[in-house]
Amino acid sequence: MTPKYETHEHDVLIIGAGGAGLRAAIEALAHGAKVGVVCKSLLGKAHTVMAEGGVAAAMANVDTADDWRTHFRDTMRGGKFLNHWRMAELHAQEAPDRVRELEQWGALFDRTQNGQILQRAFGGHTYKRLCHVGDRTGLEMIRTLQDRGVNLGIDVFMECTVSRLLKDGDRIAGAFGYWREQGRFVIFRAKSVVMATGGIGKAYKITSNSWEYTGDGMALAYRAGAELKDMEFVQFHPTGMVWPPGVQGLLVTEAVRGEGGILRNKGGERFMERYDPKRMELSTRDVVARAIYTEVREGRGTEHGGAFLDISQKPADYVKKKLPSMYHQFLELADVDITKQPMEVGPTCHYMMGGINVHPETAESTVPGLFAAGEAAAGMHGANRLGGNSLSDLLVFGRRAGGAAADHAKGVAVPAIDDRQIAEAERELLVPFERAGGEGPYAVHRDLQDTMQNLVGIFRTEEDLRRALDELEKLKARARNVCVEGSRMFNPGWHLAHDLTSMLTVSEAVTLSALARQESRGAHSRIDYPSLSDVWGKKNNVILREGDSMALRQVPVPEMPEELGEILAEEK
Amino acid sequence: MAEAILEVFRGDRDGGKTAQYRVPIAPGMVVLDALHYIQGHLSPDLAVRWNCKAGKCGSCSAEVNGRPRLTCKTRMDTLPLDKPITVFPMKSFPVIKDLVTDVSWNYEVNKKIPPFTPRPGVEWKFYQDDVDRVQEFRKCIECFLCQNVCHVLREHHKMEQFGGPRFFVRVAGLEMHPLDGLSRLGLLKDQLGLGLCNITKCCTEVCPEEIHITDNAIIPLKERVVDEFYDPLLMLVRKIRG
Repeated sequence: MTPKYETHEHDVLIIGAGGAGLRAAIEALAHGAKVGVVCKSLLGKAHTVMAEGGVAAAMANVDTADDWRTHFRDTMRGGKFLNHWRMAELHAQEAPDRVRELEQWGALFDRTQNGQILQRAFGGHTYKRLCHVGDRTGLEMIRTLQDRGVNLGIDVFMECTVSRLLKDGDRIAGAFGYWREQGRFVIFRAKSVVMATGGIGKAYKITSNSWEYTGDGMALAYRAGAELKDMEFVQFHPTGMVWPPGVQGLLVTEAVRGEGGILRNKGGERFMERYDPKRMELSTRDVVARAIYTEVREGRGTEHGGAFLDISQKPADYVKKKLPSMYHQFLELADVDITKQPMEVGPTCHYMMGGINVHPETAESTVPGLFAAGEAAAGMHGANRLGGNSLSDLLVFGRRAGGAAADHAKGVAVPAIDDRQIAEAERELLVPFERAGGEGPYAVHRDLQDTMQNLVGIFRTEEDLRRALDELEKLKARARNVCVEGSRMFNPGWHLAHDLTSMLTVSEAVTLSALARQESRGAHSRIDYPSLSDVWGKKNNVILREGDSMALRQVPVPEMPEELGEILAEEK
Repeated sequence: MAEAILEVFRGDRDGGKTAQYRVPIAPGMVVLDALHYIQGHLSPDLAVRWNCKAGKCGSCSAEVNGRPRLTCKTRMDTLPLDKPITVFPMKSFPVIKDLVTDVSWNYEVNKKIPPFTPRPGVEWKFYQDDVDRVQEFRKCIECFLCQNVCHVLREHHKMEQFGGPRFFVRVAGLEMHPLDGLSRLGLLKDQLGLGLCNITKCCTEVCPEEIHITDNAIIPLKERVVDEFYDPLLMLVRKIRG
């Protein structure tokens, strides 16, 4: 049959053009595939651009004792042992090569005295491990990958949103979406699809994430029959801006603490002494976020409900050189000169540890031909991600996903595109225009953000989580009735109407998983179950679609080989 | 509560007009917050590009009270509120809708630039002093405000012959990379039209990353092009040698 819409054919279609997507594209090309990359924004604007502090790789340029084993151990300990051991192992082993490769493609990291890549300290990392460019590491990475990919000849479809994955029987067949500019529909036929769509932060009110982070990749994959894993683990970065209101949630890089920044409460007390006297400010993110939250809740917070973060004891020139964008961000947006005054900071929804359940080596999901990498995928970070491990994750598993997707494409025939799926996808997108007098999507989105922030936030209880599930049902009903004004031409209201459905799907998955896990582990803290449980320490929550409802089950955490277990047992 | 009036361009490539919106002011609010308020409460189909809202992605460029700015970094309390704040799309690029412009030309120019090409057999070792200069160029967030204000593009529309300050900065980053072995001087002269720039520094003034575009990128590149192609001694030598 001839599709009635603009149609493109690729061996490998990559959805998302952040670090994971671009690295996957480069690798798939190297494997001889015809590659297309679809992204919701302009090329080079994806969330990777906001990554600040660095990319973690045991290169041992600064601390020569570092090696992949220590990085592996730090990652597993940080993830409270729910990580897939094989992903953590591959990540620790391959990250240094992935960083060197970037340098060979033109990236310019800060240097050591003897001309190597400089590395800085970060929370939960035993050694100085984060390769960085001041506090704009993500920009350097995305620009390097973008230029490399474009030069090699990837087809890029910018400002194009995928609304649905297409299937041919059980396997993946491509994707359906629309051009944001004109609202025209477009079909991508592909033998392999890689989800590199990032996280879900826009489901929360206070977040460091951009409008793009609506959980599309996870929701689309779920709908196509893929499993989601570890969805209860949402990372709240300890240090977001808290004042003024317009910048609430904006990221304050962990590099501030890596460079020696000190946390204090309103009484001037260095409170981390009470929460993690050994690692202090460089404890893992889950611990620091809970500490700040607790200080504020118990009345020791700053005027605007945060903690003080102070780097002013360092020379002003040093601060401006190592943390230039933090310096400008606070000066311009909050009238605070961080070389002289402390910052006010508080937790902000930042990263999704959970996501699409993938094979640890190939990054293939449970749907044949559907792959996932970066934040959209689960398993690498377990219950809590260490800072710097996301940039290395997206390089290591972006590359693996791209290669495996290209190899998969070699072995399969061109899939068939099914008219019925196209008609459904088209219908779903158009129906909000046909409703009259309903509410708009923005009000529903605000209420969803309040629900997730208040009921499924840093500290959780059964009562709150049950209430959240009730609220989500009501929000789903409202979302089914939103109406959209205007035309299909670059219409953010219309775009949000669709993104809402993705956010609701992932929010439900987060809440269901959080309700099931009756313990506190990593980023998941239950007031009613405050300790670690041995039983839950051996299980991952998995979400799967059953008809129209969401089913949850537990699978055992994969057992690791003895030699890796020994690495974990070593004291360091 | 204090209010501001925003006068925002609404229209597409066939033209348009401005519309006024009343927006409540909160402490520390930026123009992008005001635009989001309009989207969320008054006009859900107002087209605005944005991503990070932190001055890191360079998506939300527009002309605020006639000045090209990132709307995410333009504080409302720096603008006079006794008259409407005007917000228009970047003038040098075709309007798609409202504040969103077609910047695809920039991506086409970028494709012309040969990538980083290390010298053969080079040792992967270099020092902070070697990279300080280049790291300045690599701060560019591609907001295209420099392209927007450059008169060669804005007034003279020389899109075909000229690359614009953004891409001079990019080429400077490659040419001055300590390990790069390629010369892009011919490209600068013939395809990117570096000679058309008469160093009025408009680009430098609007750069939100405070890159010294003219002094540190364009002028040194102009000198290199002159040395390569217009050095009278070399020209003489070449003439004699044929």
